[in-house]
Amino acid sequence: MPTPRDRRTGFSRRRQNMVFIGYVLAVAGALIGAVLLVVSRFDPPMFAALRMAAASVTAPISSGVAGAGRAVWSIPQEISTHFLVRGENERLRAVVARDRALVLRARSIAYENRRLRTLLALRDREAGTVAAARLVSSSATSGRRFALIDAGRLQGVQPGMPVRGPMGLIGRVVETGPWVARVLLISDPNSIVPVRRTRDGLPAIAVGRGDGRVDLRSVSVANARFQPGDLFVTTGTGGIYAPNVPVARVEQPGSDTVIADTMASPDTLDVALVQRIFLPIPTSPAPSVPAKR
Amino acid sequence: MSDHVDYRPFARALPPGRARALPWMTVIAGSAITAWPVIATVPLMPPFGLLMLLSWRLLAPFALRRWAAAPLGLADDLFSGQPLGSAVLLWSACFIAIDLIEQRLAFRDFWQDWLIGGGAVTFCLLAGRFIAVPFDSSLNGALLLQIAASVLLLPATARVVAWIDRKRGHRA
Repeated sequence: MPTPRDRRTGFSRRRQNMVFIGYVLAVAGALIGAVLLVVSRFDPPMFAALRMAAASVTAPISSGVAGAGRAVWSIPQEISTHFLVRGENERLRAVVARDRALVLRARSIAYENRRLRTLLALRDREAGTVAAARLVSSSATSGRRFALIDAGRLQGVQPGMPVRGPMGLIGRVVETGPWVARVLLISDPNSIVPVRRTRDGLPAIAVGRGDGRVDLRSVSVANARFQPGDLFVTTGTGGIYAPNVPVARVEQPGSDTVIADTMASPDTLDVALVQRIFLPIPTSPAPSVPAKR
Repeated sequence: MSDHVDYRPFARALPPGRARALPWMTVIAGSAITAWPVIATVPLMPPFGLLMLLSWRLLAPFALRRWAAAPLGLADDLFSGQPLGSAVLLWSACFIAIDLIEQRLAFRDFWQDWLIGGGAVTFCLLAGRFIAVPFDSSLNGALLLQIAASVLLLPATARVVAWIDRKRGHRA
């Protein structure tokens, strides 16, 4: 296919000008893009507003499609449940019998724990749930790991609030629209969560890798050993995330820095609970003027 | 395309306004595919907006104006989660580069188009990764897979674009 004839402008002054202006506008577009990119380093609130306006249009469509998908997917599940329910019933009976002793022991431990805590006069802050939402879509083409949830300012969601699933931490809210909010997942390369090991309280940080997993880096001990199966939970340091929310589990043994799988698997389109910021930044008290003597 | 057999020579073409808006709509629809309800833990989805844009540019050069890459890139940035401005810059750069290539390459076939489009997609994905994500993050395996998938999808999007372009009529 040869180059189209229409590229040639001939002697028409008007055509020549139009082609020239087209090229000028094309180069100007590239320059505007470069300027926008530099400005977006500083993350102006207007860009967030633009993104949230676009997301407010797409998120209801996404959640509608997801709902339809769940409805279709539930049909084979219902059928298989119908046929498997007898065997499942027997298995569950056995599990209940086996766990009875464990539950009794846990009850007594919980009671003792409560008693000792009142003895120490420790007060736990309850991590209140602001809204229950669903993850509806994500940045599937980009290297950043963002997800959209179908709850926003109208439901009381504010930027900075932590988001957790039934299994563990998902991330935190970075931008909010009227009925949609953007969540930075903990697997994003720019996300850092302070964590500790459940077994012995070894402190570490969980840094996202961008591929759905996190890097666990030991922060206090040199040459710290990580074993497969080590469970890491949030510490509450920094005041955003409430303590003791499961974050990640180590898969391969290693020292100092290991790869870990996140406990919450956000790709299951599961429920996401938006929670209050654990310890909000205290508003500074008004400066007191010293009384003159 | 002048060399295909027109089986319905008297079929009515789209009105000019709609025929001109159609390429824009398809590119924006491609960008909006990220709204599909899947929560990806690994970025593997090909950038459909960019694939549609390149297919239009290479198959039907007059369907989109030369400056169309910048506003379409802005729309893509709103959906994709990349820093705002990255697609504006990269897509405009692709358009300018394709213009330069087109002036030098007098005769080209679909194979050359595929090569040019594949190069443009690879450039955009690589540059977008270094713009958005810190240098030392371990994303490269997924990125290579994403690039491969996108390049392999180019003939499919070219088919779609050619089909839409034929429905659109020859006038616009």
